Amino acid sequence: MTQIAEKPSVFGTALDKRPRGGPRWLDDLRSRGAARFMALGIPTVRDEEWRFTNVAPLGAIDFAPAEQISGAVERLNGFAYTDAPVRLVIVNGRFDTTLSRVKALPSGVQARSLAAALGDYPDVVQRYFGQLADFTSRGFTALNTAFVQDGAFIHIPDGTILETPIHVIFVSGADGSKFMSHPRTLIVAGAGAQASVIESYIGAQGDTYFTNVVSEIFVGENAGVDHYKVQAESLDSFHIASLHAHTSRSSRFSSHSFALGGKLARSDVFAILDGEGGDCTLNGLYLADRDRLVDNHTSIDHAKPHCGSHEVYKGILGGTARAVFNGKIIVRQDAQKTDAKQTNRALLLTDGATINTKPQLEIFADDVKCTHGAAIGQLDDDAIFYLRTRGLTYAEARDMLIHAFAGQILEGVRVEPLREALERELFDQLAADLADADAKSATKRSGQRSASVVEEPKGGAGGDRRGSGGADRQQ
Amino acid sequence: MLEIRNLHVRAEGKEILRGIDLTVNAGEVHAIMGPNGSGKSTLARALSGHPEYEVTAGEALYEGRDLLAMDPDERAREGVFMAFQYPVEIAGVNNSYFLKAALNAKRKHLGQPELDAMEFMTLVQEKAKLLEIDKSMLTRAVNEGFSGGEKKRNEIFQMALLEPKLAILDETDSGLDIDALKLVANGVNAMRSPGRAFIVVTHYQRLLNYIVPDYVHVLSAGKIVRSGGKELAHELEARGYGWIDAA
Repeated sequence: MTQIAEKPSVFGTALDKRPRGGPRWLDDLRSRGAARFMALGIPTVRDEEWRFTNVAPLGAIDFAPAEQISGAVERLNGFAYTDAPVRLVIVNGRFDTTLSRVKALPSGVQARSLAAALGDYPDVVQRYFGQLADFTSRGFTALNTAFVQDGAFIHIPDGTILETPIHVIFVSGADGSKFMSHPRTLIVAGAGAQASVIESYIGAQGDTYFTNVVSEIFVGENAGVDHYKVQAESLDSFHIASLHAHTSRSSRFSSHSFALGGKLARSDVFAILDGEGGDCTLNGLYLADRDRLVDNHTSIDHAKPHCGSHEVYKGILGGTARAVFNGKIIVRQDAQKTDAKQTNRALLLTDGATINTKPQLEIFADDVKCTHGAAIGQLDDDAIFYLRTRGLTYAEARDMLIHAFAGQILEGVRVEPLREALERELFDQLAADLADADAKSATKRSGQRSASVVEEPKGGAGGDRRGSGGADRQQ
Repeated sequence: MLEIRNLHVRAEGKEILRGIDLTVNAGEVHAIMGPNGSGKSTLARALSGHPEYEVTAGEALYEGRDLLAMDPDERAREGVFMAFQYPVEIAGVNNSYFLKAALNAKRKHLGQPELDAMEFMTLVQEKAKLLEIDKSMLTRAVNEGFSGGEKKRNEIFQMALLEPKLAILDETDSGLDIDALKLVANGVNAMRSPGRAFIVVTHYQRLLNYIVPDYVHVLSAGKIVRSGGKELAHELEARGYGWIDAA
């Protein structure tokens, strides 16, 4: 049975009912997206880029285009920084004007529904929309393009320095059904502009849905954009996202990704450094436990000389979770004096967790500096023991080390309330996994006594591994 | 304060300590010397609760309590401190932050109020001067990028902050130049008191010129083969360890 024969049926019915209308160019784009998806289908493990990430389960579910869900306000509770002064709220793919607020923004800054922007600023939108998110060979991007309808549009005019971060919150819910949404974000920062944008994807636990995201960010000459992505989707959901960033001469782009949810989560970040002297930072922290899968693919294309890129991804895995990290760095022939650094480190809390990690360097210039490194391991026993001999309990020592591990990525979050909330969420998420790891290592922790010596069992806390039976104590 | 009776310890499947008897009273400084492989560090690590050292027989009573039944962190909170031979580097954990956490863990255990950042810094500055701990050592990650001397000084600095009742120094002098050695010795001597006991594990006699012991014990093949006063250390230096075995 060949691949081609299977593909057309996936999402076929839904595609027939895809959105129509709006400007002509958009409708054309949707049609091309649909046609391309029909030809490509969803990836299989035979695709190199999806070798370790099997999305067949996603294709097997009959997701319907999302409808309205109940109680959107309540759904915002408990997630990081949802009380941001400037927030755009998109519920199941539709912009929610009552929940959104943009009062604090300086004049000229556009932060609004993408659907509305398509109507009000068609020229600006058309100039940028879809220019980066190529869907020739990417099925999910083609699918998103076919369904594009709403999302967020942010435009920072030339020279505007935005002090307040803009929080774009995508809320998903299924209310018992199986929905899919295809949100789209377009961010354009003009020359000399500066802004911070947070994209959060949240969903209620227990809901099964599919979020298929495409974000495009244009950073103008000498501009700076700090982008944060928080993925806190339901643990039964599928989250497939691609972020496409384009930097210009002397511009600065950073993206900090926090992957905390999803049953299967895949994130692709494509950054093209298309102007001399550009700088790009890609940081990521990913968590997974149970039998979840989290996949981070990055690609940094040094197209021009004198650009710098720094990438640090860290993962904490428990249960029988699987993680994938693939970091690609391309240095074009003319990109002399490139300085690229990439690090991926994974902390495995259990024996069942696994990670596949691969750096890919394609270097075509000859005067460049490229370093990459990967490290996979468990918590350092020597470090834990050292901390314990200073009076910290096992749990305190372990938490201190995990804090230190994740800290490097958390430190990159310059929006204080967001960082604090993320830190709390990190430990909440980990609590169950850590308790699990605790139980398993109880025998390891203070196993000094061999079974042949017996002492009186000690009451209260700490009596976790007393010897039982065996020979009498030596007096 | 510490009574060790017939202690047998295994590590990596081998029996290293084969029946150690030792009594250490408050106010005393005991030196443990011996050739490599005699078990000096094994004794120190077993007393601190290192998970890879298995006690197969014997006991150790600390202030009348079963020391070996306590978790390593409990021993620490009860006033046992070990200065590591190879202090561990802990990336990403700020040295000050760690010291404050350790100190407050102990204070909490003793029912004392925890110190806030200001109070802690005042205390730190007092003790830091004695050991020439500079600001950068306080702001860096624990032992990360520290030279050998800095690591050992950081150990004694921790000891000064935590004020243990029983301090075990595991080859604190190894790898130190004479200046660092003097600093470390000063730190230790400043803490000698009637309520405190020291076990100083060392291969070389030189340290004992600066930290003058009350008792010297010589370990050989896992047993204490000779005990004496401080003169014993001088004899060893003059005659070498071979003399002990031959005797």
